[in-house]
Amino acid sequence: MRRVVITGVGVFASTGKDVNSFFENLLEARSGVCRITRFDPSALSVQIAAEIPDYCPQDYFPPKRLELLDYFTQYSLIAAREAMESSGLEVSDEERPRFGVVMGTGMAGANTFDSGYFNLYAKQATRLHPFTIPKIMHNAPTSQICMEFGAQGPSLATSTACSSSGHAIGAAFHLLKYDMADLMLAGGSEAPITYGTIRSWESVRVLAGGNGDPARACRPFSADREGLVLGEGAGVLVLEEFEHARKRGAKIYAEIAGYGLSSDASHITQPTVDGPARAIRMALREAGANPEEVEYINAHGTGTRLNDPTETAVIKEVFRDHARRVWTSSTKSMHGHTLGAAGAIELVAAVMALERGIVPPTANFTQPDPECDLDCVPNQAREKKIRTAISNSFAFGGLNAVLLVRRLD
Amino acid sequence: MNVAEKIIEIIVREQHIEPGKVTLDSTFAELGIDSLDGVNILFALEEEFKIDIPDSVAQNMKTIRQVVDSLTRVLEGKDISDLVELAKGGAPAANT
Repeated sequence: MRRVVITGVGVFASTGKDVNSFFENLLEARSGVCRITRFDPSALSVQIAAEIPDYCPQDYFPPKRLELLDYFTQYSLIAAREAMESSGLEVSDEERPRFGVVMGTGMAGANTFDSGYFNLYAKQATRLHPFTIPKIMHNAPTSQICMEFGAQGPSLATSTACSSSGHAIGAAFHLLKYDMADLMLAGGSEAPITYGTIRSWESVRVLAGGNGDPARACRPFSADREGLVLGEGAGVLVLEEFEHARKRGAKIYAEIAGYGLSSDASHITQPTVDGPARAIRMALREAGANPEEVEYINAHGTGTRLNDPTETAVIKEVFRDHARRVWTSSTKSMHGHTLGAAGAIELVAAVMALERGIVPPTANFTQPDPECDLDCVPNQAREKKIRTAISNSFAFGGLNAVLLVRRLD
Repeated sequence: MNVAEKIIEIIVREQHIEPGKVTLDSTFAELGIDSLDGVNILFALEEEFKIDIPDSVAQNMKTIRQVVDSLTRVLEGKDISDLVELAKGGAPAANT
């Protein structure tokens, strides 16, 4: 059976505009959450988000190209460039049909919708800009990355809310494993910081308040947690068939050894224990891993009242006695909930934890919650040469994705 | 500034090309204007002149001179039904 390894990583997020600064900030428990600057948030009850600081699109794209790119596609391209750069890949013309892209997003071109509909409804415009459709479509990142890097192989987009990029990476992993490609760029991106989007999330009543102290607003697994904080950004990984990577002497970050997915088939917003548990077991089975082998879980850990105790119950259900020993942190406490980018950004965090031998903490932890009695690595990064980690993504709609990564040595 | 100059200015702006490159006799093909660029330019012209350019007329615009002639007639409120007739059976503006 073909094996699949990660040979490149890229991140563009509130906590860092490249993988090194992103991971360093996570280790220092530095939050990327701030008062919203993208527009005037004064009218909102929640005025905070994990925004990419001082973002200037013109620094990354020429004017004509930029006109066709919503923020979520811009972020995906920036992260993909870093991933390709770190992989050292030079893809030949012959290899292009075996080189594909899978990217996930939940909300796609929310900024373009928001400004377009504002013109239409509030300003009584009679027409919308002709680039509206190519900018808002969920496959814009996949297609723009394909065009930029000449990827002509199996390519698609996934949209499963907060599991979108978990599913994207899983799909890419299986395309490689089942010999349909040799190289894949996979990940996800999201740019949900618009007036309309935040209003929509507000009314679901899952957002943390914390306007007075944005950096501490998101407190996963803490008894006083108030909810999630929306975040923006992208994560992209280069996945490569093992022999292909070995022959070219590539630096191998980790092996993707298992992927599990499942549907709760229960409720459109409330999570179950059984659905996510089945996804974790599926990932363990594919990797041939015992539960005891897993030393780190990058949790879904949104910081909502409902997610964190449910996820705790899921982990206990699968890992039994090992559940309280396995380090389980939520980096969403710092980079926010990046929705369709979350699975990718958090897998990069898990891969870097394997690579560097240090696990990022759950920031802002204040007091234990008996219903969330896992070792959530509170506030302080911990050093340990871990070998196996999983990354959980559980979504509104009950569609779950779990990825298992392992050091090769 | 007359209509022709204004149209050329808009095309230069939307395409991000050098002003001197666009003349009345330039074709869209020569200027590298593809189907998506074309609908973008039409949008900008409609916004600038506060007019509607029917799809059937738009499809027949392949050179700058055709754009200028058609728009001049639309702006002067002249009958453009012959342009609509001429364009019947034209290619769609963009692939869907």
